[in-house]
Amino acid sequence: MIARFLRDEGVEYIYGYPGGAALHIYDALFRQDDIKHILVRHEQAATHMADGYARASGKPGVVLVTSGPGATNAVTGIATAYMDSIPMVVLCGQVASHLIGEDAFQETDIVGVTRPIVKHSFSIRHPSDIPTVLKKAFYIASSGRPGPVVIDIPKDMTAPTERYEYVYPRKVKLRSYNPVSRGHTGQIRKAVELMMSARRPVIFAGGGVITGRASEALTALAHRLNIPVITSLMGLGAFPQNDPQSLGWPGMHGSYESNMAMHHSDLVLGVGVRFDDRVTNNVNRFCPDARIVHIDVDPSSISKTVHADVPIVGAADHVLNEMLNQIGQRTEAQEPLDEWWETINAWRDERRGKLYEPAAAGEPLKPQQVVEAVHRATHGDAYVVTDVGQHQMFAAQYYRFNQPNRWISSSGLGTMGYGLPAAMGIKLSYPDEHVVLFTGEGSFQMMMQELSTCKQFGIPVKIVNLNNASLGMVRQWQDLNYKSRHAHSYMESLPDFEKLIGAYGFKAITVNTADELEPALEEAFRSKDELVFLDIHVDPREHVYPMQVPQGAMCDMLLSKTERT
Amino acid sequence: MRHIISMLLENEPGALSRVVGLFSQRNFNIETLNVAPTDDPTLSRLTVTTHGDERIIEQITKHLNRLIDVVKLVDLTEGAHIERELMLVKVKAQGSARDEVKRTADIFRAQIVDVTPSVYTVQITGDANKMDAFLQAVTPLGVLEVARTGVSGIARGDKVLSL
Repeated sequence: MIARFLRDEGVEYIYGYPGGAALHIYDALFRQDDIKHILVRHEQAATHMADGYARASGKPGVVLVTSGPGATNAVTGIATAYMDSIPMVVLCGQVASHLIGEDAFQETDIVGVTRPIVKHSFSIRHPSDIPTVLKKAFYIASSGRPGPVVIDIPKDMTAPTERYEYVYPRKVKLRSYNPVSRGHTGQIRKAVELMMSARRPVIFAGGGVITGRASEALTALAHRLNIPVITSLMGLGAFPQNDPQSLGWPGMHGSYESNMAMHHSDLVLGVGVRFDDRVTNNVNRFCPDARIVHIDVDPSSISKTVHADVPIVGAADHVLNEMLNQIGQRTEAQEPLDEWWETINAWRDERRGKLYEPAAAGEPLKPQQVVEAVHRATHGDAYVVTDVGQHQMFAAQYYRFNQPNRWISSSGLGTMGYGLPAAMGIKLSYPDEHVVLFTGEGSFQMMMQELSTCKQFGIPVKIVNLNNASLGMVRQWQDLNYKSRHAHSYMESLPDFEKLIGAYGFKAITVNTADELEPALEEAFRSKDELVFLDIHVDPREHVYPMQVPQGAMCDMLLSKTERT
Repeated sequence: MRHIISMLLENEPGALSRVVGLFSQRNFNIETLNVAPTDDPTLSRLTVTTHGDERIIEQITKHLNRLIDVVKLVDLTEGAHIERELMLVKVKAQGSARDEVKRTADIFRAQIVDVTPSVYTVQITGDANKMDAFLQAVTPLGVLEVARTGVSGIARGDKVLSL
């Protein structure tokens, strides 16, 4: 029944790992051809694969694991998806109903374990409930503010003694769950009035614009009113970065001009963002002169950290289009923004050409210049996946995103090891595209067993390992806050990556100095059908800047090792 | 400020733990909690009392509403409402104290529901202040055990919490 449902729901791939409690389901998968199962080497990887697929496609990723350790191994991936509002359905085997609560072999209360990190969870209590429960799970996971849904399936539910008729439920209704779509017209009018009269407005767009497929409406609105656009890290690509109105992303390591503009603005139009602490810095000093309009499909996001003067609960797409519609009907002129743009352009000029010092030919590379070179080699339209750390920030800063769904990164939870499996999930579904993983030797070693999965299923991702032989972001904080006492942030005893990758039958290229980079990239990106690992030794002393000063306002930043605002 | 939040909850296993878990997960406080089935067997009614400023209470109600198992919710303290709690107290009742317990119970319109030669068990209903006042009055006489149900409440007038 599960296999038939997944087929009818249009699921193409599921990612998982078998085990006792899931064997009936695995047997059903064996006896069909519609759904392809990808056998990972660790259940966490299955959840990240599903997550990467979901971020790139907008559709829920599906995971299948067994009870006990299978399910607990999936926890990190479920939490990752929860923090970034990613649609995912996780099917967990469970011991047979009569054994539940007896500490049976491989029994874990996975519904209890995952309760704080799921949008919802179900336990199957009767085999005939399977189609309806699965449909509810897919509906909940992918509607409103998306998120992961866990389904606990006791083993006896998948091998019933009686036969039950299977009917695919086209629609389900839940009396307690009706996600809003349309925003309140009166609230939208209030917001539009503020936008027309603001002198220093900014748009702050987040992941909600991408999941809500509202990039087009956002771009139209921004162009219509000539308002500068800042996207959150989750919102990268929601507005094209090659557009002159784009100021990049704000926050801890955000661009100088975006932090300056947001801090000095008199109106922030937040769309599908959650004003988290990595953006606001000290909330008490956040945007002192700004009124806040906050559009979000989830009411609990609004006024959670930053008070919204005009809250609008609704889907981004609808609300932004309604704003455009109302603006079209208004007769009064918009407050001119020339002065505001002059100020912003002055901020831009201040930092132009001062961001980092590229390495000369024989020197070790700067990580920033590697990202820029990969951008050129992939013409800026690859799916870019990252792990977590300095390389993640460099990738976000220097790979410029012009389309939504191309930036794939664990932003909320910051899960090291996320990158390789997420990239694999995307490459499987988009075989004709370049899928580039920026990683570091720390993150990569958390999930490198998945090279074996790449080998089994032929998943040719491109891996750019920015190797600084240390946990760079930890080291940076230790440099800044702990007088350079590098407690366990070093990576001694690194493997010989060429040999390691070679052991799986893949190509690895080592790059030691700047002059070796271009030929290596050319070789790596020549074909889209070959996994290539670039082990690029970069300057370990490099820090990520700008960096907000702790407890400061958004505009309080370190700009380099020697400059601050 | 103290708030009384009452909700209709799907009568499903695990629903209660989602509500309780939410409070600890998000660092909200629960003072009392009371839950029982309703006339509709698919629904339970759960009432919590909690403390917090306006922002916290708004967050609590929004996050509760976000739980799929919460069907409908009301903050009773937003309007006129009736609040009741039931308490059972075992008080020492020997010598002169025996009469004093009885007199105090009468003053509070409480009932003595169980009697032994040395102990009275007193049942009292009312709002939380009345419970506290009664306990304060009988504490000098020797309180042996207290069982409180937690607050239950309902809005005054025609307003109803139903589907």
